[in-house]
Amino acid sequence: MGLLSDPNRRRALTNLLTRLNTPICVLCYLAGVAWFMGLAFEPFTLRTYMSENAMGSTMVEERFPAGERALVTAREFGAHKRKSGAMPVDWLVKTMQSRGLEVYTQSFSRRLPFPDENKERYMVRGTNVYGILRAPRAPRTEALVLSAPCSPDNSNNQAVGLLLGLAQYFRSQIYWAKDIIFLVNEHDLIGMQAWLEAYHHTNITGMDWAPLHGRGGSIQAALSLELSSDVVTSLDLVLEGLNGQLPNLDLANLFYTFCQKQDILCTIQEKLQRSDWDSVSGYSQAVQTMALMVLKQASGRPWGDHGLFLRYHIESATIRGINSFRQYKTDTTTVGRLLEGMFRKLNNLLERLHQSYFFYLLPSLSRFVSIGYYMPAFGFLAVILLLRALDLWVQLGALPSVTEDGVGSRALPLQSSSPSLVSILTPVVISHLTGAALYTLPVLSQELAVQHFPVSETEAVVLTAIAIYTAGLALPHNTHRYSSIAKQGWRVLKLVAVLYLAVLLSCTALINFSLGFILALTLVPVAAFVTPHVPKVLSAVVMVLLAPGCTLLYCVFAFQELQEAPVSLIDGWMLFLSVISQGMLDHALYGSLVYPLLALFIYPCWLILWNILFWK
Amino acid sequence: MTYVSLLSPVVCVCVSHFVLIGRTSAFLLLHQARAERFFRSDHTNNWAVLVCTSRFWFNYRHVANTLSVYRSVKRLGIPDSHIVLMLADDMACNHRNPKPATVFSHKNMELNVYGDDVEVDYRGYEVTVENFLRVLTGRLPPSTPRSKRLLSDDHSNILIYLTGHGGNGFLKFQDSEEISNVELADAFEQMWQKRRYNELLFIIDTCQGASMYERFYSPNLMALASSQVGEDSLSHQPDLAIGVHLMDRYTFYLLEFLEDIHPASQANMNDLFKVCPKSQCVSTPGHRTDLFQRDPGSVLITDFFGSVRKVEITMETINLTVPGIPLERFGGEPHTETALAYVDQLPVAQIIHQKPKQKDWHPPDGFILGLWTLILLVFFRTYGIKHLKHIF
Repeated sequence: MGLLSDPNRRRALTNLLTRLNTPICVLCYLAGVAWFMGLAFEPFTLRTYMSENAMGSTMVEERFPAGERALVTAREFGAHKRKSGAMPVDWLVKTMQSRGLEVYTQSFSRRLPFPDENKERYMVRGTNVYGILRAPRAPRTEALVLSAPCSPDNSNNQAVGLLLGLAQYFRSQIYWAKDIIFLVNEHDLIGMQAWLEAYHHTNITGMDWAPLHGRGGSIQAALSLELSSDVVTSLDLVLEGLNGQLPNLDLANLFYTFCQKQDILCTIQEKLQRSDWDSVSGYSQAVQTMALMVLKQASGRPWGDHGLFLRYHIESATIRGINSFRQYKTDTTTVGRLLEGMFRKLNNLLERLHQSYFFYLLPSLSRFVSIGYYMPAFGFLAVILLLRALDLWVQLGALPSVTEDGVGSRALPLQSSSPSLVSILTPVVISHLTGAALYTLPVLSQELAVQHFPVSETEAVVLTAIAIYTAGLALPHNTHRYSSIAKQGWRVLKLVAVLYLAVLLSCTALINFSLGFILALTLVPVAAFVTPHVPKVLSAVVMVLLAPGCTLLYCVFAFQELQEAPVSLIDGWMLFLSVISQGMLDHALYGSLVYPLLALFIYPCWLILWNILFWK
Repeated sequence: MTYVSLLSPVVCVCVSHFVLIGRTSAFLLLHQARAERFFRSDHTNNWAVLVCTSRFWFNYRHVANTLSVYRSVKRLGIPDSHIVLMLADDMACNHRNPKPATVFSHKNMELNVYGDDVEVDYRGYEVTVENFLRVLTGRLPPSTPRSKRLLSDDHSNILIYLTGHGGNGFLKFQDSEEISNVELADAFEQMWQKRRYNELLFIIDTCQGASMYERFYSPNLMALASSQVGEDSLSHQPDLAIGVHLMDRYTFYLLEFLEDIHPASQANMNDLFKVCPKSQCVSTPGHRTDLFQRDPGSVLITDFFGSVRKVEITMETINLTVPGIPLERFGGEPHTETALAYVDQLPVAQIIHQKPKQKDWHPPDGFILGLWTLILLVFFRTYGIKHLKHIF
C-alpha cells in the first residue's frame, strides 16, 4: 500500500509531524531570517550587467556644453517662482517655446480626503507645463520623458534649469528616433498623477484634470530629476515606486555604467559604493542598503516622481543630486552629459525594456539579488503556517478518540468535535467588520472628532484610527458572551486563521515581497504559537508587541536608524503618526494598497488570533 | 558551347600566329607559356552575391561590412548588373544616424562606403532565406526583374559573401529565421547540377562561421570564414559620435587588404588566407580548399573579386589577306565532317547510369525486431514449444 493510504504508516507520519512540529517551525523561522540576512553576502550576489542588446555599452560621445547657462536659467526660474508664489506658467511656456519645443499646459485640481500636513488645505490646484521635442525624422510612435518637479520653496530650481538647458541642446541634434517630453509638474506626485492619467486616458483616482492637447507616442522610459544645488557631490538613484513596484534593472545598470564613465560618485539609498564588499563592514553596509530598500518597498509609496509611471509599465527612475561636504564636486555640465548619454542609449531602444529583472533587491549598485534567490526566505516562513495547519488538521482528525471521556464507544464523536458553522463564523465576521471600520471610519468621522476634540483634521483621522485599532483588542470579551462554542472549536478557527494568513501573505509577497516578508516576520510566530492554553498575560503582551501597528512602529524606528538619523521616542511617535496619515492619503490619492491591505485583511486576521488567545 | 565560340577567334589568331610567323622552338615555348597563363582560369564572367542578414541599429557593422565588400568588388570591375546586393536594414536613413545618407567603415568618418551610387537589389524585409536560396538556384518567378536575378552560367565565377549573426551550423536572417549549413550545401549542389557556376568563393563573417562550410560537397568551392566553431567574431571599433561599432574585424582587415588590389594585381588566394591572423582578429579565420580543383596559389584574387577580361593586347600586325591554304594540301582524301551537336546541359547519361550510393548496412531497427519477437512469442505461447519441430 502507498505511503499515505496505509493507516499504520500514516499514523507514524502524523506522529512524527505532531512531535517534531514545534522544532521544525522554529528551525524554519531561523532559516528564513538567516537566508534573508545572507542575501547581502557578497559571494551570494551577482554582479549587475546590461541585458538589453540595443543599449550596448556606453560608447557615445556626450557633448553637452551648457551647464552654466542652465544654472542661469535656474536662477531666473527661482526668481519668477518667488514672485508668482506658485509655478510661473507663462515664463515656462515662453522659455520652452523659445527653445523650439511644442508647449502645452494642463490644469488639475484634487480634493484631499483630509488636509495633509504639507498642504494644509482640502483643495489642491495646479498646472503642469510640458514641451514636446518631436523627433526630426521618425514617426511619432514612441516617446521618452524627462521631468523635474516644481517645488514651492527654493529647491529643485537647478533641476528645471538643467531640464531647459538639455531641451535646447537636444533640439539641435538630428539623431532622435523618439519624441522627448520635458515635463515640469506642480505639487509633485499629484501633478504627475494628473498628467499620467490624462496621457493614458484613464481615471483611476477620481482626480479632476483638463485633457492634454498635445501628446507624444507611447512612453518607453522616463527619468525624473531632482537637483537643488549648483554643484553636486553624488547622484542618488531612487527606484522604489508605487506599491513596491520597481523599474527594469537595466535602467539602474544604465545609470551605473554612465556614472562610472563620467566619473561621478553614484549612490543608492544614499550609501556610497565601496571596494571591499566581502569584509565585515562591507557586509553590514550591504545589509543596511538592502534593508532600507526592503523598508521603502514595503511602505508602498512612490519615493520619487517616477513612482507613478511604473503602473503604466513605463520604466522610470529618479535621479537626485546630493551636495554633501566632500572635496570632489561635479558640475552641472557633467550631470547634463550623464543625462545626455542615458537618453542617447534609451533612444536606441527598439522595444520596451524587458530583458533584465523586474523583481530584485539591490545591496549595492553593482550587485543584485533576483527573485529566485530571495523568495525562499519568505517560503520558509510560509511553510511554518502550512506545518501548523497540518498539525491542527491531524489534531482535529484525532479528536474523536481523545474527547470520548466515558461516554462510550458508541457515542457520536462528530458532535463534540465539529462546532457549528455560526460559532466559527462569528469571530471572523466581527473581526472583518472591525477592519472595515478601521478602513472607513477615520476619514468619515474627522469632522465629528474635530468638533469634540481640540485637534487638527489630520491628527483627528490618525487618532481615530489608533482608537479603533485599540478598541479591537477588547472584542474577545464581547463576542464570547453571545455564542456557545464547544471547547475544541478554537482549533477549527485557528486552522481557518492560519490558512487565511498563509494565503494573504503569499499573495502579498508575490506582488510586494518586502511587505509580505516584514508582515510574515512578526505575524507568523504569533499565528504559530497562539492557543488558549498558553499563559494569557505574557502571550497577550507578546501579541500586542507583534501586532501590525507595532510592526509599523518598529519599521519607522529601524528606517531612521538605518538612514543614520536616529530619532528619540517622541519624534519617532510623531513620525509614526505622520506615516499613518501619509499611508491613508497615498491610498486615496494614488491607489496605494498598503493601507487597505492592513486595515481590511491583516488586522482582522490578527484579531482572529487574538480571539483564539482568549478562547474560553 | 560559348567557350568554343568565344575562344575560337582567339585560337585561330594564335594558331595562325604560330603558323605564319616563326617556328623556332624558343619562341613557341614563350607563347605556349603565355597561353598557359592566359588560360589559367576558364571563367568568362564574374558575379557577386553580397548579403547582410541582420537588421536593427546596433547591427550597423554588418551593413558596413557588406557595403565595403561591395565597394571593393565594384572598384575591381564587377558591374552593378552582375552584383546582387541584399541589405536587411537601412542604416543610412535610420532615424538614429547622426550623419544621414552615410555608412562609415572607419571611425572619425574617414570612409563612407555608402557613397552615391549604391544599388541595393534586395532591401529590408525582402532579405529572407527563401529569397536568398531562390537567387542562388535561379528559381524566381517570371516577374522578377533582371537586377534581382543571378544570371550566371557554367563559366561564371561567383563570390558569395554573408555576414550577420550566426552560430554552430546556422546563420540568422532578420531575427526571425535561420539558414542551416546543410541547406546552403544543398543549394550549392543544385547550382552545380544546373551548371550555374564555374568556381565559387564563399566568404562568411559571423560567429562560428567555419561551421557553415563544413557540409559543402560540390566541386569547385572554396570557402573562408572569420572564426572557427566555438569562437566569436569580434567587432572592430566603435565610433563615439555615431554610437555603434562600425565594422567587424575580419572584414575590416579584408577591406584593407583589398584596397591594395588593383585589376592587374597578381595576388593569389594564399595571400587572402593570411588576412587577419589571430593577433589582429582574436578569432582564428579558417578556409576550406579541398573541393577546389586548382591550387589556391594559382588562383588570382581578381578571379573572384574583379571582372578581368581575358584580353591580350598585341602590337604585331597580322596579315589576313593572304588566302588560306586549301585543306586538300594536308591529308589528301576529303573526309566527311562529323556532324556537330550541342553538349548536353545536364549530363543525363551520367546521372541515369550512376552507381547507386553505397548505403551503410544498419542492423534492423529496434521496433522491427521487437515486433518480430512479439509475433514469435505469441505464436509459440499459443501453440506450444513442441511445434518448433515442425519448423526445424
